[in-house]
Amino acid sequence: MTLQFNTETFRDDYSFHNSQRAIDRFPFPFHEDSYMYAVNMERHQGGPADSVYEKRFDVDEHYVAEMADRAKVLGDDPLRCQSLPHMTLAGWDLLELIMVSKSEEYPDLFELHRKGREWYWINKPLGIEDHFTFMDDTTLPYGPMEYITRQTQGDFCVLDQREDNLWMDAGMVTTQADWSLDFDIGMNFFEWHAPVPLAHEKGIFKRALKFLLNIQQGAPARRLNWTMTVNPLLDTSPENYHKWGIQKTTLTSENIGAKQHLRVELQTFFRLPRSNALVFPIRCYLMSFQDIVSKPKWGRRLNRVVRDLPEELASYKGFIDNRPLMLDYLSQFDDGLPTSFGVWPDEDITPTLQR
Amino acid sequence: MTGTAPNSTAPKTVGAAKLAVRVSAITTLNALVTRFEFQRIDGADFPTFSGGAHTVVEMMDGEKKRLNPYSLMSDPAELSTYAISVRRDDQGRGGSLFMHQKIKVGDEMALSYPVNLFVLDLRARKHLFVAGGIGITPFLAQIKQLEAIGGNWELHYSCRSPDLGSYVDELTEYYPHATSVYYDDKKQLIDLDNLLDGQPFGTHLYVCGPKGMIDWVRKTATATGWPQAHVHHEEFFAPQPGRPFAVRLKKSELTVEVGAQESLLEAIERLGVDAPYLCRGGACGQCETDVLDSDGTFLHRDHWLEDDEKESGEKIMPCVSRFEGKILVLNR
Amino acid sequence: MSTFEFPPSIRSRPVYCVLEARPGKAHLMIADAEGAEALIDLALRAPELMAKAHVIYIPKATDFGAALNALNPAQYYEGPSYSAAVSRIKRVFSDASMGLQIYLSGTEGLMGQALSEAMQAGYDHTAIQTEHRGSLARRMQCVHCKGITEDVSNDPFQCSHCGLNLFVRDHYSRRLAAFQGVCIDAEEPGNVPPSKELYS
Repeated sequence: MTLQFNTETFRDDYSFHNSQRAIDRFPFPFHEDSYMYAVNMERHQGGPADSVYEKRFDVDEHYVAEMADRAKVLGDDPLRCQSLPHMTLAGWDLLELIMVSKSEEYPDLFELHRKGREWYWINKPLGIEDHFTFMDDTTLPYGPMEYITRQTQGDFCVLDQREDNLWMDAGMVTTQADWSLDFDIGMNFFEWHAPVPLAHEKGIFKRALKFLLNIQQGAPARRLNWTMTVNPLLDTSPENYHKWGIQKTTLTSENIGAKQHLRVELQTFFRLPRSNALVFPIRCYLMSFQDIVSKPKWGRRLNRVVRDLPEELASYKGFIDNRPLMLDYLSQFDDGLPTSFGVWPDEDITPTLQR
Repeated sequence: MTGTAPNSTAPKTVGAAKLAVRVSAITTLNALVTRFEFQRIDGADFPTFSGGAHTVVEMMDGEKKRLNPYSLMSDPAELSTYAISVRRDDQGRGGSLFMHQKIKVGDEMALSYPVNLFVLDLRARKHLFVAGGIGITPFLAQIKQLEAIGGNWELHYSCRSPDLGSYVDELTEYYPHATSVYYDDKKQLIDLDNLLDGQPFGTHLYVCGPKGMIDWVRKTATATGWPQAHVHHEEFFAPQPGRPFAVRLKKSELTVEVGAQESLLEAIERLGVDAPYLCRGGACGQCETDVLDSDGTFLHRDHWLEDDEKESGEKIMPCVSRFEGKILVLNR
Repeated sequence: MSTFEFPPSIRSRPVYCVLEARPGKAHLMIADAEGAEALIDLALRAPELMAKAHVIYIPKATDFGAALNALNPAQYYEGPSYSAAVSRIKRVFSDASMGLQIYLSGTEGLMGQALSEAMQAGYDHTAIQTEHRGSLARRMQCVHCKGITEDVSNDPFQCSHCGLNLFVRDHYSRRLAAFQGVCIDAEEPGNVPPSKELYS
């Protein structure tokens, strides 16, 4: 199919919207009616046709608008993209991975022509055509990581692997769930996760790190994470928290269905060949509560998850104050019927809401 | 963890991805060392790799499948060919002898994707390499990688004799100012104290060679104030033979006798049970296996498990570790 | 006594040790204020270090200079502030060789900044010893305007650059040598709790 790209914004008038196709393929993150941290890793080698898991780097209807939002964020604050000096090689690895993947998986949108080190890249949706010399920084308008991640949805953390640990030594981070690359750059895996409650005690990070250290070339992995955002705001950065934090107080029982969004991160992990670094793309999918409850199974389940989530987690994820309002809304879509196991909406076997 | 995600959206697979290859050249370097070159059967390029990476070579020795790791020593930028150098080990478990005696040009084999457990620290202001014997192989690829990005390096290479100095000619011809060679039979020793004194702040030291050399270099470095984080070593632990023992595999509902000359991992694989692995040398952690029941003594030989995990009797690394006793039940 | 036992905290917060003598070709010791006491204690335990030691000291409002100098280090420098000393510190690292041991003591701000300089010179931070002495005040980065406020001893505090009311987190950046300050009244402007002394 040919993708139609939305004209939309993730700020000011918030004209962001999901088409029916986007709703159908939303990566709903809860496989059962409750949630607790888990490592929940699996191979990232395909998935059902047209799902967000199918391609290495999913391109969807929000692509052009997200890239415009990223350019705006970087214009306001160039420190959202940084790379420590030893990470340039990893940047070239990442550029190659993305260009090869996209040109193979979306040949109608992206083309890559290579003759030795002389490369020619065409990005049709963004109207970009560049000739450059692979591994020669002077032939691109930005560093290799910045160049390619200005053209790819999702945040990117590029992790150096040393001393049995991973180090956040480069990144492009403009759609983050309230953490600062400028502050966290240079930290190891345990340090940048330090503010996360409960998971350290449960040994989650130790196990996750062991898994990630062993991710090998040709065998990428993925997992989902989630949080809540009021308004479809991509740039929920700590840098701008003093500006967007107030929006959390604008929820009412009338506007919550449209304003409150579930924010899902599809996190993937690829070993990079020349640098042996690990790239950790964090792709953000937003969906309003009213679109979620259009799938009866998801509506029932989201009510139960939000209702039963431990206080520490609701607080860390930043919605403890709004939880009562959320439950007033969501409980209308939970009739107590059982839900099927797994993340898919299962519309063929799910009964409609019983009143 | 792979394949156990309850919300799985992916096909479930275990084990490392493999590359089907054909032996394209065999070159005898000297009495002990032979170079093997491979090309992909499908004609495609190999995956790019980083200097210091190894591949696990799958050898079909009759009914027996041997899996040995070897450092990739070819140029990481040259992807039509992978090359390894194999030192014949007459006392070993037979993998190197099989390569030397049985493998012919044109034979089909399987290689694992490259895995790097001996990576360059790219923060280094300078890379100082110390090699002993066949330990030169990872440095050959690292040197090519550094040459391509303009890195600052220096090699000190100790060999038994000029006859056994693999790649000495190539190194001294291309990099005469960066390479120093030392021959045991001429009583030439690396003057390590002097070498380690005065290296620029931010230098990283890498050593690969016999265990005695690694221990000597690491000890000397520590004694002269080099921090551990700046000293890197590559040491493959070939599985050591031991007494045979029996193991019960709970999930597979199988029992297997581990022979004196095979590893626990090899015995598990012999039954056709798919078990994860990467390095087969006790370093990477991929094959970590839960012990469900045991009565006996664990012979932990890996570098992966924490001391408390080893003492707990709840974990074993079957690629190198063994067991002596009555009962061993694994969650595999 | 100038020592303080920090309560357990999150994984990004630095933990400090007691300086111990380690083998080395040369020894660089950087301290401020009561940090001098840690160097004096170290020299008492391992007097042999001092013949190969370079001491860089910022006394602030204390008077340990004479006692430090009396340890007879190979090189001794006393400076009025960290910013006055930093160009010398950079020069020391650019001239240094492997085998240098680094000992830092005093306030978190001093140790953090010197450690960050060593890292930028290519040295791994895990190899550097740090012993806290003296003031508990912190060096804070405002996550919003990026300005650094030195010697913060109250929580919340006002950013000395942009004026926002910030709360003091334990989340710490080695690269910036600073803790993170985050706006405390973003969701309810003007609702700022009374400021309390840290650890009180």
